Amino acid sequence: MTSLTPLLQAQTGLTGRRAAWASLRTRLEKVANAAVTPLVPADYLDLFHPLRAGAELRGRVVSVESETADAATIVIRPGSDWAGHVPGQYVRVGVDVDGVRQWRAYSLTHGPRRDGCISITVKAVPEGVVSNHLVHRVRVGTLLHLEQATGEFVLAPEVTDGPDVARLLFVTAGSGVTPVVGMLRNLFPVTDSGVVRPRRSAHLDITVVHVAPSRPDSIFLRDLEALDAAGAIRLVARYDDAHGFLDVDDLESLVPDLAGRTTYACGPGGLLDVLTAHHEARGLPLFTEQFRPSTLVVGEGGTVSFRNGATVEADGSSPLLDVGEAAGVLMPSGCRMGVCFGCVIPLKEGAVRDLRNGEVTTAVPGETGPEGVRIQTCITAAAGPCHLDI
Amino acid sequence: MTVVTKKDVNPTAHLTPEDVEALGHELDAIRQEVLDTRGERDSAYIRKVIDTQRKLELGSRAVLLASAFPPAFVAGTVGLSIAKILENMEIGHNVMHGQWDWMRDPKIHSTTWEWDNASTADGWKHSHNEVHHTYTNIVGKDNDLGYGIMRVDEDQRWVPMYLAQPLWNFINACFFEYGIAAYDLELGKNLKTPKDRRPESFKKAARATLKKIRGQMTKDYVVHPLLSLPTGSFLPTLAANFTANVVRNVWSHSVIMCGHFPEGVETYEKNAIPEKETRGEWYLRQMLGSANISGSKAMHIMTGNLSHQIEHHLFPDLPSNRYAEVAPKVQALFEKYDLNYHSASLPAQVYSAWHRVVRLSLPNGWLETTNRQNLPSQLKMLWAMTTGDRKVRRVAQLRLEQQARRQRAARKAEAEAAAA
Repeated sequence: MTSLTPLLQAQTGLTGRRAAWASLRTRLEKVANAAVTPLVPADYLDLFHPLRAGAELRGRVVSVESETADAATIVIRPGSDWAGHVPGQYVRVGVDVDGVRQWRAYSLTHGPRRDGCISITVKAVPEGVVSNHLVHRVRVGTLLHLEQATGEFVLAPEVTDGPDVARLLFVTAGSGVTPVVGMLRNLFPVTDSGVVRPRRSAHLDITVVHVAPSRPDSIFLRDLEALDAAGAIRLVARYDDAHGFLDVDDLESLVPDLAGRTTYACGPGGLLDVLTAHHEARGLPLFTEQFRPSTLVVGEGGTVSFRNGATVEADGSSPLLDVGEAAGVLMPSGCRMGVCFGCVIPLKEGAVRDLRNGEVTTAVPGETGPEGVRIQTCITAAAGPCHLDI
Repeated sequence: MTVVTKKDVNPTAHLTPEDVEALGHELDAIRQEVLDTRGERDSAYIRKVIDTQRKLELGSRAVLLASAFPPAFVAGTVGLSIAKILENMEIGHNVMHGQWDWMRDPKIHSTTWEWDNASTADGWKHSHNEVHHTYTNIVGKDNDLGYGIMRVDEDQRWVPMYLAQPLWNFINACFFEYGIAAYDLELGKNLKTPKDRRPESFKKAARATLKKIRGQMTKDYVVHPLLSLPTGSFLPTLAANFTANVVRNVWSHSVIMCGHFPEGVETYEKNAIPEKETRGEWYLRQMLGSANISGSKAMHIMTGNLSHQIEHHLFPDLPSNRYAEVAPKVQALFEKYDLNYHSASLPAQVYSAWHRVVRLSLPNGWLETTNRQNLPSQLKMLWAMTTGDRKVRRVAQLRLEQQARRQRAARKAEAEAAAA
């Protein structure tokens, strides 16, 4: 009993101090908030230290390394609250292009790095607003907006940790190679003296079937070839210009032991669809990651849906405000002529057209910001199916 | 001024409906040109202004922590006044107009912005963006015309109470942010309604406004003075913050008066606006209902580019940094369609606006017919009109108008004789 009492006292003393610190902290925060209202202290702290803990997650571009003529790896120092990632996961990146905030998802191309940075590899696609900006124009020092890493396309711990032999097949197409390279770099680090094959990865038997339009267009080919030369993987590269388009039925001849492997595929939707059918027919295990979301169809008018479940057909000339009101949705409204911005609500998905000048605005889940794109409903009409967050 | 339709010469009489629509198309083209080139340069501009404003405010408030030291008081008060003006004018007003919504930055967006002012963003956006910008200068519809407490048009019947309107206007200038908050709430109308019949929306908005005012007051008159207490600067900081608020209020009131009040700016009659006003007609009303202030680049920024009031009213959602660029094109259109592009220096516009406030505080024609010789008799008449009943006022008013007409006719004859 006697020995217990001081211990208890010490504990309460500790919790007491902690509680006092917490309440002091709350009080200080209150004062800080009252001193800067209607802003918040973060608005001022962001001017000086945007990467601090507790800030909205951002990252600073540390370097831009070109991979091919139209692909580059962008190394980013993330803010203090970056929670880490598992190879194969992707990150949503918000970048200002021509002054407009655009969001895209990119695979993280490195396992966790010792310097705490993360990297994404971007291939500039024709007409790609963000990819061209990141590959060709982004400057070192630029601040990017980030979300925490996410994605199910990762190797299960029983695969990476062993000790049972794991036979894997990666099928990658175009820039779909990036999450796979992230996994491979983590399993087989590249050092100045070449590819290392650590003991922790000795149980892995990996084949990579890499599909690209041509050899020079192939990002990460050097990495894959180095891994192949070091005996870490077996690389089967297929170029459309040299070998013709890949027919999945040829997979069994390209990879004779296909039946004994677990397949991880990453690439455009079309390839994944045929691969899924192929594997399902044979009962083979398959994990997929679609790399580019299907593109929006922009037209005249479309089905408009609302948060409350209401859906209505709209033509290409009726303002969405009228459409919503006719459907009984409580739409905010104002001047009804595009002046007052009183009718602005988020477009979560779909395409709308500005009735004044025909300009089309699109919202693609996973590409545009998490809160959608805010539109003036009084001067925009449906330009395809769209979903309004109201 | 007199509503356009009652003027001797309607300034738009020479325009055919086709002209008005053509004018509308030309203005649409100017707008489109800006939209097509809107980009990184513009976003960099607003971010720079916000960054500068916040650093200036932070620095000024830091200096004021030692405001018992006179140079610190002066520097801090000047800095804070400028910071508050920038925040309300070039940043708050324009962000809440949706001028920067296209950047899709949730932090610089009309739906999320809140400003350093007694009126709430929501209340202001309704009364300003929706009512004032849509019904610009329509007497009885646009509360910006006199804020419901002043006589701004000859057609409003004169009563003695209006004699005090220069004083009201001055007090309104000093506490402008509360005036705006009150008229966002339509306080006059709602207070006249019995308490139990006031709309729920008013009660909600009133609660939000009171909360906002409490927050603003706590910041400027409690928290920062208390933070300055260690250097013995409680009262100086309080005084500095009060001064900065008054400076900001008087400045923004002056700029806004210059936008729609100077002599020569047109007002409109509710009944004369067609039920379905075309875009061209709306543009035309904006063109003639606004006045610009000429001056330096710094002056334009400090007015939130409302010195380009005409351009702002034509294109309220274009980024403010572009108004200077479109102004010459807009002015060329005024010339092409033979309309009066109303622009003058800040002192000239402030004088003109105040002149109108004073002129209309007096019965129609009184100021015009008064000169040094007849001052005593004119004052006697004004006294009679102020103390007399409605009948006395009517008779005196008719006499004043007759006198004014005669004087005008005499001046015209003189001018013609001189010309001949």
